[in-house]
Amino acid sequence: MAPPRLNTRGDEVLFRAGTGTFALLLIAIVGAIALALYEGSRLSIQAFGWQFWRTDTWDPVVGQFGARPFIWGTLYSSILALIISTPVALGIAIYISELAPEALRRPLVFVTELLAAIPSIVYGLWGIFVLVPFVRGLQVATPEWLRGVPLFEGPPLGVGMLSAALILSIMVIPFSSSVAREVLKAVPQSQREGAYALGATRWEAIRMALFYARTGIVGAVMLGFGRALGETMAVTMVIGNSPNISLSLYAPQYTMAAVLANEFAEATDDLYLNALVEIGLVLFAITLVINVISRTFIWSMDRQRRPRLVRTAAMRAGA
Amino acid sequence: MTLVHTSVPALAVPPRDAPLEPWQRPVAIDVERLNFFYGAKRALEDISVRISSHLVTAFIGPSGCGKSTFLRTLNRMNDIIPGTRVEGKVLIEGRDIYAPGTDVVALRRRVGMVFQKSNPFPKTIFENVAYGVRINGLTRSRAELEERVEESLQSAAIWDEVKDRLHDSALALSGGQQQRLCIARALAIRPEILLMDEPASALDPIATQRIEELIYSLKSSYTIVIVTHNMQQAARVSDRTAFFWLGRLIEYGATDRIFTNPAEKLTEDYVTGRFG
Ligand SMILES: Nc1ncnc2c1ncn2[C@@H]1O[C@H](COP(=O)(O)OP(=O)(O)OP(=O)(O)O)[C@@H](O)[C@H]1O
Ligand SMILES: [Mg+2]
Repeated sequence: MAPPRLNTRGDEVLFRAGTGTFALLLIAIVGAIALALYEGSRLSIQAFGWQFWRTDTWDPVVGQFGARPFIWGTLYSSILALIISTPVALGIAIYISELAPEALRRPLVFVTELLAAIPSIVYGLWGIFVLVPFVRGLQVATPEWLRGVPLFEGPPLGVGMLSAALILSIMVIPFSSSVAREVLKAVPQSQREGAYALGATRWEAIRMALFYARTGIVGAVMLGFGRALGETMAVTMVIGNSPNISLSLYAPQYTMAAVLANEFAEATDDLYLNALVEIGLVLFAITLVINVISRTFIWSMDRQRRPRLVRTAAMRAGA
Repeated sequence: MTLVHTSVPALAVPPRDAPLEPWQRPVAIDVERLNFFYGAKRALEDISVRISSHLVTAFIGPSGCGKSTFLRTLNRMNDIIPGTRVEGKVLIEGRDIYAPGTDVVALRRRVGMVFQKSNPFPKTIFENVAYGVRINGLTRSRAELEERVEESLQSAAIWDEVKDRLHDSALALSGGQQQRLCIARALAIRPEILLMDEPASALDPIATQRIEELIYSLKSSYTIVIVTHNMQQAARVSDRTAFFWLGRLIEYGATDRIFTNPAEKLTEDYVTGRFG
């Protein structure tokens, strides 16, 4: 009897120590990345301070660096991608988990999974050869009265914010839809049955399942957003790479990831290099903040379930 | 007092092992030769039974004998399980609920259901009860809705415990309270028939007793069918008992008689605890 118990204990200690070490290591790595980025951008931080976040000029020749157009481009393209991809991803998830006949589910899951496995650069090529000409067609066909609206201003170039947002949406859909699908699958059947038993139609029962899964669905959408923020290659290939701050979907713009990918190899003087690294730092910080916001959001939705947990914990403590 | 005799004509197919007793009440649910299949597997065999209105009918039998399956055929809850099939008839007010063109949503509104594990929605207590009323558009104003919610919570004997916390999450209630909330939710759409699948099996004796008292008080207004594993419970709450075994209805009759003087050997063995 004794040896196996000792063994399990030993295993457990080892297991705890091992996982604990990895967890600490993870935190250390994140810290080290932040530190390295900070070190690498010190010159630019000293030279521009907060102006770096607030100014629009990006001119390596005169040594003027402001990151605002890139921050704008990253956030704008990602938010647009979120708006476009969320309904589609949810629709796919609902169809696969709630509506599709059994025989169709696996193939559909397989196809969405396949979409996620395509390399970014391949999306970019497809973007250049198919999506950009298509978007240019749309732009040419824009009726005159619409062109006055700030969203649709500008010459029909094809490359620009709309192409970037569309390609991001397509790339993000497999991720958010597969998380949403898993989340829906985890909704207990008893919830749907409860709704049906009260005279719910199929759509009403699905809405109940969505409501039950809302926290996870927000998580799925946020995951997509996080991916869109950092996506580099495909966006670089279709966004037009021009540092503008514009509401127009047709205007060529730029993102943080794209400017890093494009200019890092050419950055010769130290200040230029430091400015680029600072953009990396900003991207890092924004991703961190977005994650914190989404966590808080998810956590606040979770609160509805908390009293029960607190009670059971209290009961256990009392017992 | 005029004894309400069955006004229905004699069954075309006499119910197996379940002779109609002379005091049979008006029939709420009339099941004729019902067979049920999960894929190729037959879970119910030729069930014929007449469930009297405004009485409590208990379904008993060993695990896996098809009690839940049968209960769920009565409000077509099995429709949502893919690959299932029904043969035979279930007549409610003379109309076959499996006839083509039946409005299943309307059927489920008339035949309410309470599940074994309480399944409140992750919403407030108020919203749980209001849900069915809302989706079926049963009330016209907020005041009317509030009235309906209160009335249902009162019928389910939980009003006093929750009246000060209607807008708190239903998930913070205890297991027994959650189950009574689910009963209130089912009552709120004013069904005629209430199906309960082991409503107290997850509860402690005190909560169980409350549910049993509740069933007793509801019986004047509803026809109640309850599945239970607990023999004493069946004896306490029900007027009629149906004993199932391996997908077949073995015996059906007045609860007193089933427990004191069963006609079938199998029933006797089961109610005396010799198996199951
Ligand atoms: N969804 C399903 N798919 C396939 N077979 C099922 C399904 N549900 C139940 N069955 C089978 O049908 C038979 C009857 O099951 P049912 O749940 O009706 O029994 P029960 O009498 O309610 O049992 P218990 O007392 O354990 O709840 C069992 O053999 C069971 O395995
Ligand atoms: Mg059962």
